[in-house]
This record gives sequence, C-alpha cells and structure tokens, in this order.
Amino acid sequence: MPMSMNSSPWVVAGREFRSRLILGTGKFASPETMREALEASGAEMVTVALRRADLSGQRDPFANILEYIDPARYLVLPNTSGAMNAREAVRLARLAAAAGLPRWVKLEIHPDPRYLLPDPIETLAAAAELVKEGFTVLPYINADPVLAKRLEEVGTAAVMPLGSPIGSNRGLQTRDQLRIIIEQAGVPVVVDAGLGAPSHAAEAMEMGADAVLVNTAIAVANDPRRMAMAFKAAVEAGRVAFECGLPAVQDTASATSPLTAFLE
Amino acid sequence: MSFAIELSSLPLKALLERARSANRQSVLASLASNRLRLEDFAHLISPAAADHLEALARRAHSITTQRFGRVVRLFAPIYLSNECVNNCAYCGFARSNAIRRVTLTLEEVLQEARALKAQGFRNLLLVASEHPKLAGVDYLESCVRMLHEEIPSLSLEVGALDTPDYQRLVAAGAEGLVIYQETYDRAVYAELHRAGPKRNFDWRLGSPERAYAAGFRRLGIGALLGLNDWQSEAICVAAHAAHLFRNCWRSYLTISVPRLRPSAGHFRPRFPVTDRELAQLVCAFRIFLPDVGIVLSTREAATLRDGLIPLGITLMSAGSHTEPGGYTGAGHEHVHAADEFPDLDDSDQTARTTQAKNTGTDATGQFDVADNRSPAEVADRIRQLGYEPVWKDWDFAFGEEPTVESAQVNRAPAFSP
Repeated sequence: MPMSMNSSPWVVAGREFRSRLILGTGKFASPETMREALEASGAEMVTVALRRADLSGQRDPFANILEYIDPARYLVLPNTSGAMNAREAVRLARLAAAAGLPRWVKLEIHPDPRYLLPDPIETLAAAAELVKEGFTVLPYINADPVLAKRLEEVGTAAVMPLGSPIGSNRGLQTRDQLRIIIEQAGVPVVVDAGLGAPSHAAEAMEMGADAVLVNTAIAVANDPRRMAMAFKAAVEAGRVAFECGLPAVQDTASATSPLTAFLE
Repeated sequence: MSFAIELSSLPLKALLERARSANRQSVLASLASNRLRLEDFAHLISPAAADHLEALARRAHSITTQRFGRVVRLFAPIYLSNECVNNCAYCGFARSNAIRRVTLTLEEVLQEARALKAQGFRNLLLVASEHPKLAGVDYLESCVRMLHEEIPSLSLEVGALDTPDYQRLVAAGAEGLVIYQETYDRAVYAELHRAGPKRNFDWRLGSPERAYAAGFRRLGIGALLGLNDWQSEAICVAAHAAHLFRNCWRSYLTISVPRLRPSAGHFRPRFPVTDRELAQLVCAFRIFLPDVGIVLSTREAATLRDGLIPLGITLMSAGSHTEPGGYTGAGHEHVHAADEFPDLDDSDQTARTTQAKNTGTDATGQFDVADNRSPAEVADRIRQLGYEPVWKDWDFAFGEEPTVESAQVNRAPAFSP
C-alpha cells in the first residue's frame, strides 16, 4: 500500500473527508467484489442507486446492496439514477430519507438511457426543492459553468460535472469547461463520470477538482480491488501536485542552465 | 416520422444483398468502425462475418461489459390468459388449436405472482393472448393495479392497444411494454396472421411509439425467428431499434431474439436459425446498438443461454411457465377448451373440453421451454460465470403519482424531422 501523501481534507456541508475518491457501486460482478474495492479505495463516501435497494424496511434479500456497505465506515450517498424528471428524483430522495438513509443525495436525472446525460432543467428544479426540504444535494451535471453557478445559488453542497459520458472511459473531454467551473466555484467540485484510467483522475485533481467519482473503470476491471488502489494513488498524487502548484506549460524548452548566466 | 413510414422506404434489398455477399474486408472494416450504420450491421450478420465470430464475440463482450457492467437482470413471465381471438399459424394459443384454456382471476394472478416473488423475482412480465372480452384492458389494468402493491416492476406483453389504453396501464403501474412484430415482412405477416385484430400489420408496428407516448419507461421489440429469413428480419429489427432510439429517446429499449419452439398447432420453422447464427445475431445487435438491452428467454437451452451472457445478454427469464397458472396450479378448476368460436368447434375440441372439465388439469402452454432450471439454479450459474444476478432495479413507488395526467408529462416531444 502506498503511504498517504497527506493531502488536505475537503469539506462538504460541514462534514470533513480525507479521501477525495468517491466510489460508485454499480456494475460489479458481485457485492463481495464491490466491498473489497471499497475497502481498497480508501473512499469515505460511496454512492448507491436507490432503484436497486429495498426501501420498504423489510430487508429484501433479493435487493440487499446496502447490506454490503458499512454505514459506520462510509457515508452512503443515495443516488436517484433512473429518475426521468424532477418529481421522480424528489420522490426517490424522500423515500430514501424515510427509509433511514442519510439526508444526502446525489441528484441524477438522466432521461436519456443511452448516454445518461443529465437533464439540466429538471436537475435545477429538483435541486431547489430538495435543498428546501433540508437535503444535502450533490447534483450530477454536464460541464456547464452557468448551470454550476445556478445550482450553487439554490444551495447545493457541491457540483458534480462530468468528464465525459458515464461509463465511456473517455477521460476529461470537457476539460475547458471544467476549468471554468473550478475557477468560479464556491462549493466543492467533484468530477464525475467518464474517468476510465487513474491518469484521468489524476488530471482532474491536478486541475483543482476537490474530488472525483469513479465507478465503471473499477467495477469492470479484471481486478477491481487493485484498480481501486491505483485510483486511490492517482487521486492523492494529483491532489498533492495541485497543492504544490504545477508549473506553467510552455511551448518551448527552457534551459536549466540559462544562456545569459555569464552576465551575472 | 413513424417507423411504419421509415420501414417502407428502407432499402431492404440492398441491405440484404450486403448481408449475403459481404466480403472479409467489409466485415473487418465494419467491425473496426466506431459509429456503425445499418450497412455495417448487415455486414456483421453476413456469412463472411460468421467466419470471424470470435472477433465479433470479443467486441460484443467488451462493449457489454463497459456499458452494462457484470450484471444480468432477471425476470419471469406470468401468463394471465391463453384465450385468444387471433389465429396465428405459428402460435400455440391460436384460436383454432384445440387446447385447454383459461383466464386467471385476479386472486389467481396474485397467487402466481407471490410464488414468483418468493423465488426472488421483483420484475414480472404479464403476458396475455388477445381477447378483448375475457382479458381486455379493464382486466389488464386491474391485474397491474393489484400487483404493483407487491411487485416493484411490471411489464406487459399483450395485444396492440391504442394510446389511451396504454395510458391507463401506465397509470395503473406498468413500466414496460413488450410487443414483437413477429415478422417485418408484410406478405409473410398477412399469410401467417389468418384472423383476428392482429392481422393489422401497421397497427402493431406503431405500438411501441404509442406506448412511449403513453409514458411506458421500457420498450421491448423483436422478431420471432423462424418465420422468415433471419437476416432480413434482423435488419428490420435493427432499423426499428435505431428509429426508437432517435424518437423515443427517454425509453430503455430491449430487443428479444426468440426462436420458434414446438407448440400446439405443430408449426414448423420455415427458416430455422442455428445456434451459431443466433450467437452471431446477438453479437451484431450488441455492436450496432451498444446500449440496447438484449433479452434471452427459456426458449433456449441452458448451455446456450450461459454462453450468450458474455456476448451481450442483459435480461433473462428463469424457471418460466408459459401456461396460465403454471407456477401454482392456479385456475385449474376452470380450465376449459375454447368453445367461444362455434365455427371452429369440432368433435375433438368438444371431447377435450369434457376431459378438461372433468379432471381439473393444467392449461396449455404457449410453447415448450428448453431451460428447465429453477431461478435459484440460474442465479447461481450467473454468479459462477462472474456476473451478479439483479432481481430489482426499479420500483413503481419511485415513479410519479399514478394519474393519467402525469403519465402525459413523460410524453415524447414531437417526432424529430
């Protein structure tokens, strides 16, 4: 295990997290594999699709994903995946809270099942309502800087712009927009979706993202546990590099032995 | 534009020519393409592509893993009724078949659903043959309304309906609609659908679009393999799916690949599809439509089902019975031979009626299943193969308040030009 590089913690809605890697829990070959990956990742926050959980309180053995996630160890961040519009998302969040889950919600409204791109109009409406009802809202959004500010204004605890479509492994295709979002943000920015390689996660962290969320790349890896460790290391490396301050990129070489040294 | 119009302008001849005579080079080019067109799909179902089945399988597997992860959703069908006004040449429930028939009462449907729930199923497909009097919309609506109290996710496979009727079913709690065109060839369709409302090809073809407009979240389509040249059917299914992806963009779309099975009426497949061809077809659908769900039922044998999972199957039935009351014996006491159609009645049928009424026996199934493993056995096998069996991934309770008005909110915007 690599030693922690002691990057600074980050804070969401007053709660401090040392790990800047959030894990998703879909697509794993088994709940046991998922649990091992969670442990190896060092994550403190994991998101769970409510549609796969049983919220009736009857501990359905055929919908028991939550039983594999220790709530003492991880903050369970329920997500509203599957909701097609604001009303459904709000309803899902309320049902989760009524079932005893944390009043935190990863707000996901993607009516398009192909690219799972978030609906900005419904997301903003649902965010406003859920904030009003006292939820800590982390909305999944396209990398739209204006939408990010609008969400911040209605009181979301963070924004979660995508790097590229969910599960696409394409990395930071939205790089330029992410830069603006990070520059303008008054709340934590979590880069979510599309991070297919540890280097993608490191890049997001180097850019100054507060955290990243990874699911597919770990879940479908040949060895999810070790891939989780790789992402953990990359996230830490990227963050430390950001905190140290990366040098500016230049078009030309700059000699380490200056040509004018003889004048000194 | 509706798919009915698009289908009539589909260059099927030219596409079929590609599917028959594609060469190695065009197959490999299509396989390597990042954005496949229908022409590429035709190449992938060609005999030349069959020589590269392993390469197709690898690509299909990699796409499936990336898009769907290592999970397989499970469902079970409940046959509500096998009483039918249609007379389709290939179907065990055809009205001219002298079989034992029944429409389950609501209590009996609940009994069947609870038996399936006890086995793990949280996602049920309610199947009914078409009989507007005995198993009409009122009946279907009552079944759905009653069942969603206990079953999180319900889909329907019933005769084609109009949008307002679909809206009623959505409002009652139905999530998905499955409707197979059976064959996309108008001439073959006309020949095989000999009587009844199902004769209307275009009405059936427009059903998924009407269902989407009514607010169904999931749509299922397919052709019944064996009725017609499978390559021709595959091209039409692929075109239909691509159309629905563009126009019904909020819906989860699934394609089924049912092969004809032995049934009452003893219809023989005119164009048998081999196991290898079926595998090739599954791969081709997956590569052409990376996000489509692909359904495989217990029509297929265990070994083949297990083998097809990594190639692209995302949704499977298990432990299925295709006769109403098949899981618990529900409805035994009122099983009878159909005598609603005196014109079709004959001495054989009358004799069977008497026999059935006397003995209290099973209704007849739609077809014979080939995978007789229990749901638990299928789930165990899925785990052994390195996948997680998923019993539940939506809950009616999450959806909008069940009113017709809110169902309309999900309606698609006007079709794109």
